[in-house]
Amino acid sequence: MPKNKKVQLPEEEIPEDVKKDMQKNALHGRGMRGPAIKGGGAKNPWKTFKRLMDYTLRNNKAGFAIAITAVIVTSLVSIAGNLFLSRIIDQYIRPLIGQVNPDFSKFYGILIALSCIYIFGALCAFLYNRVMVFVAQGTLKRMRDEMFEHMQHLPLRFFDTRTHGDLMSCYTNDTDIMRQLLSQTIPQIVSSAVTVVGTLFAMLYYSVTLTLIMLVFFLLITLAVKKIGQKSARHFLQQQIKLGKLNGYIEEMIEGQKVVKVFCHEERAKEKFGELNEALCMHSTKANVLTNIIGPLTNNIGYIQYIVLAVVGVALCTSNSWLGLSLYGATAMAEATGGVCAVTIGSLISYLQLSRNFNMPVQQVTQQFNAIIMALAGAERIFEIVDTPFEDAGGDITLTKVREKEEGEFCEEESADCWAWKVPAGDGTFSYVKLRGDIRFNNVTFGYNENKVVLKNISLYAKPGQKIAFVGATGAGKTTITNLINRFYDIQEGEILYDGLPIRSINKDDLRRSLGVVLQDTHLFTGTVMDNIRYGRLDATDEECIQAAKLANADFFIEHLPDGYQTMLTSDGANLSQGQRQLLAIARAMVSNCPVLILDEATSFIDTRTEKLIGQGLDKLMEGKTVFVIAHRLSTVRDSKAIMVLEHGQIIERGSHEQLIAQKGKYYQLYTGAFELE
Amino acid sequence: MVKSLTPSLRGYRALTILTPLVMIGEAVMEIVIPFVMGDLINYLNDCLDGLDTMQMSQVLLFGGAMLLCAFFSLLCGVLGGKFASTASAGFAKNLRRDMYAKIQTYSFANIDKFSTASLVTRLTTDVTNTQNAFQMCIRMLVRAPVLFIFATVMSYQIHVGLASMFIAAAIVLGIVVAIVLIKVVPYFRTMFKKYDSLNAVVQEDLTAIRVVKSYVRESYEIEKMKHATGEVYEYSVKAEKILNYLMPVIQVVINLTMVLLLFFGGRLIIAGNLQIGDLSKLLSYCAQILTGVIMVAMCLNFISMSRGSVERIAEVLDEKPSLSNPAEPVTEVKDGSVEFDHVDFAYRADAEKNVLSDITFSIRSGETVGIIGGTGSAKTTLVSLIPRLYDVKSGSIKVGGVDVRDYDMEALRNQVAVVLQKNVLFSGSISENLRWGNENATDEEIREAASLAQASEFIRDIPEGFDYDLGQGGVNVSGGQKQRLCIARALLKNPKILIFDDSTSAVDTKTDALIRAGLKKHAPEVTKIIIAQRIASVQESDRIIVMDEGRIVGIGTHEELLKTSDIYREVYESQVKGGDEDAQK
Repeated sequence: MPKNKKVQLPEEEIPEDVKKDMQKNALHGRGMRGPAIKGGGAKNPWKTFKRLMDYTLRNNKAGFAIAITAVIVTSLVSIAGNLFLSRIIDQYIRPLIGQVNPDFSKFYGILIALSCIYIFGALCAFLYNRVMVFVAQGTLKRMRDEMFEHMQHLPLRFFDTRTHGDLMSCYTNDTDIMRQLLSQTIPQIVSSAVTVVGTLFAMLYYSVTLTLIMLVFFLLITLAVKKIGQKSARHFLQQQIKLGKLNGYIEEMIEGQKVVKVFCHEERAKEKFGELNEALCMHSTKANVLTNIIGPLTNNIGYIQYIVLAVVGVALCTSNSWLGLSLYGATAMAEATGGVCAVTIGSLISYLQLSRNFNMPVQQVTQQFNAIIMALAGAERIFEIVDTPFEDAGGDITLTKVREKEEGEFCEEESADCWAWKVPAGDGTFSYVKLRGDIRFNNVTFGYNENKVVLKNISLYAKPGQKIAFVGATGAGKTTITNLINRFYDIQEGEILYDGLPIRSINKDDLRRSLGVVLQDTHLFTGTVMDNIRYGRLDATDEECIQAAKLANADFFIEHLPDGYQTMLTSDGANLSQGQRQLLAIARAMVSNCPVLILDEATSFIDTRTEKLIGQGLDKLMEGKTVFVIAHRLSTVRDSKAIMVLEHGQIIERGSHEQLIAQKGKYYQLYTGAFELE
Repeated sequence: MVKSLTPSLRGYRALTILTPLVMIGEAVMEIVIPFVMGDLINYLNDCLDGLDTMQMSQVLLFGGAMLLCAFFSLLCGVLGGKFASTASAGFAKNLRRDMYAKIQTYSFANIDKFSTASLVTRLTTDVTNTQNAFQMCIRMLVRAPVLFIFATVMSYQIHVGLASMFIAAAIVLGIVVAIVLIKVVPYFRTMFKKYDSLNAVVQEDLTAIRVVKSYVRESYEIEKMKHATGEVYEYSVKAEKILNYLMPVIQVVINLTMVLLLFFGGRLIIAGNLQIGDLSKLLSYCAQILTGVIMVAMCLNFISMSRGSVERIAEVLDEKPSLSNPAEPVTEVKDGSVEFDHVDFAYRADAEKNVLSDITFSIRSGETVGIIGGTGSAKTTLVSLIPRLYDVKSGSIKVGGVDVRDYDMEALRNQVAVVLQKNVLFSGSISENLRWGNENATDEEIREAASLAQASEFIRDIPEGFDYDLGQGGVNVSGGQKQRLCIARALLKNPKILIFDDSTSAVDTKTDALIRAGLKKHAPEVTKIIIAQRIASVQESDRIIVMDEGRIVGIGTHEELLKTSDIYREVYESQVKGGDEDAQK
């Protein structure tokens, strides 16, 4: 299950207003469990509905038209069936009663016709169901694919300001309810509308008087349903809120269950749980009672209506009052009854059937009503993702493989093992700059939002082959620096140069391809250990992956896994320890073989002895390459070429370990333990 | 399986039984009303044919009777809805409470077996599914068969031949529905699995978005997603294509039965063997019989779909806590001495390799002992045996001279405070969180503990002070702050043994030293066991235990170990060597 946890950025570095957004989102983020009525529905339902229909119809116009036509035919067939009933009784059965040698041929004929109509109706039902499967499922697939594809190109800020639970529910709940809307709700509404209108005409055809009586009941039912519906919606909302609260509590407490045990806190935990549980039960009972009453209520009011109609109908059949006038009686039955145009037995039976059909759509549409509201709210959230603009793709400088002919002269070659930046001159020609891994910050200023500056006027340079370290308290801006190099976020002032080129002018994908990053929070994917290492470079051979694992000192524990390198990892590598996961992440970065490596607290869970061994592997691998290291453990950074001490977004000291110790400044204090780091 | 859940019906048993009863009431009325209606039509027919004279009072009598039935049916229906909702919501409430209470009795081993994520799902989604299935059961599963039986009986009363035709149609319908459902279920199961993989792809992508973007693997992820959505599409379409046959077939069977009824019924009427009103009765019963079959099939299908949920809930309820209190537990821990005697341990009984092998050592009350060892050397496992979070495989552990298995667990754990490696704080204020250690702690005691844990300084900097809300899981404080709060929380327990499992890793060396110095001064009689990666954290301990791959490879003071233990020396050098050089300069 997804956790609504979002601690990618160190908390302190996330600005207050963004945090508030996150909390707000977190409130609605319990989408994974139960249909969530979030935020009370769509803001602009009609517009969203139109857009959703446009989206659905884009590739499915013909299919959709066929399906809707078939739905209409199906509904009409069921009305027609009822019309036949009266004729069969009045014209083909009653006149023959008592005849010695009745002529059945006409009777058979009409029954065969009726059968054909029914079969035709069933075929139409099949057709619409079959077509709708493809329309609905196809739309869902397209929607999920497009949403995901779009999401991949969104800037990091998008992910940092939303909870995973929220985004996940767009792919699950929100799209699922869309399926219901497309394959059930819309056909249902169409069929209900056709049934109501068609039945109404049919009933008028039989008797105006009865129809007027029936409409009174219809009104009564509609009012009752509406009233109860409104009331139950309120309780449903409450139920969702209480459910969210209880689920939140469960998630938090079960997550900390071991602490509960250690502190013998079981009874207290049960108390609070009991309170939330009772509150949920109360609202859930109220909401469900109301919804469960709607069915029997409409059904039985329907019965009452049926009875009243029957009694009145019987009276009309036998009286000669003008109230009993019937179009059906006047046209179809004129000859049979000798000019009496009243309600007949057959028409009464037909009519009573029709009246039961007439009420059903009310109930069905009410049941769909919640689905529509939720579907539109879901669609709105989906469109919001699709409408978020892409992150900027960067400049037009690209990375390409080259062979160095002579000093400064390059030619492109697929098989070469040397990389260069291909810089377009603007007139169709290109110049090449060899990829070396030289990074410079010139007076860089940055904040996650306008008002709060995180980094102030940072200048630094890292030459190829150098190891540069950042130390400082949490919130000093260490991680932010790495976020800027790979352009997860863009700087507000100053410039960052990569091999002398401004990073804004470099294609973003190529920029990132040249940087290997290992983060403190390691993330593994479902797949084998080998797959996870190969994530660093998809065309790496098994040997290269194993080699990298050996360098990262991960080989030892991998060999001890049940299936070695072929061991399947699931749910983010839950069966590995934090330290082992970090080792895999380092192996992954080693396989990528990038000229620049950024290690952000990458060894924090690894013991110092192993860390030292990895260091040796890294040194071998990164010979001539640039490494940025962020760590709070000073033994990790001690052998760096230069150590930058950050405080409040500024570099306050820089130099080698020895220089900084001699300086007896902040670093010295940190090192000797006179200053609090975190 | 269902048996394990039945105790959770308590308080709602009456409603659980009443619901089907009132539903039967409603069903009976649904049979009676068409019957009276048929008689009314017969009466009308007779009048029209001149066999009887029309009397309005007679018609009103029929109407009144039916209205009475309808109102009774309305009452039953509404009550049924009310009872069913109340019973199912209450059942769900009890289920959640029982599961939660059961989980509270779980040992660490039980929790590990389930994993927290799966426990959360069982408590939430699975309960909701079960609640819905239960409601369906008590409302429909009795009503539908009863309706079916009554309608059948009544039909036989009217005409045996026609009634038999209904039964034949019902059997055909039942078989068709059963075939479709049986065929479709495997596809749905596969589809749900594909759904899970789709969720996994999205979730992994979201949590690892920085990795994805760093390695420019967007298109790789998109391909993964397309594969996942493609599979979901494939199986959804396969499943729904089979389901497509259901509705039309049902329609054809029902409608053609009606036509046959008209055919045979019509002939019978013409021959004078059946009345028109009876035909109208049969038309109603035919519909009821056939929809009854469909309802039962749908109910069964729904129930079988939720069987997984019921099973998962039953697993939670049936799980036996792996640890339990002895018959006559010792409730007092005499002192803080700890003694390991040839202890072997493995997390699973059937595991081939022990996690801990042959551990023997003893700690005097009041001693400070450091534990050092590489990643995976089982340091955490070792200390978690002291408060009996797990039971040993062989050998024994004594605390205060008594085997840990002879203590009342709560008494033991109250005296052995562990600051876990995976620190967790909870929503609520700082003081609420600290009071976990001691509910009745005074503000003074809380301040004292916070100050010993070196947390008072940063708490002072927060405007709300001790009332500051920590947020879910304590997200509103940094790692180092969290660790210090956890230490304060453990201190408030006033234990005889205090265990720090790498609990100061995010705290700087100076604060770390201050915490240790404070403990030494203010709680000299407490036994302190410190697991650390930093040598500095354990250097001044009375003794240090060096662990490697589940075995003790050295015990002694810092100076002794530097001479005798290669591993210890290596660790030391990796951390301090540079510093020494500086010191020598």
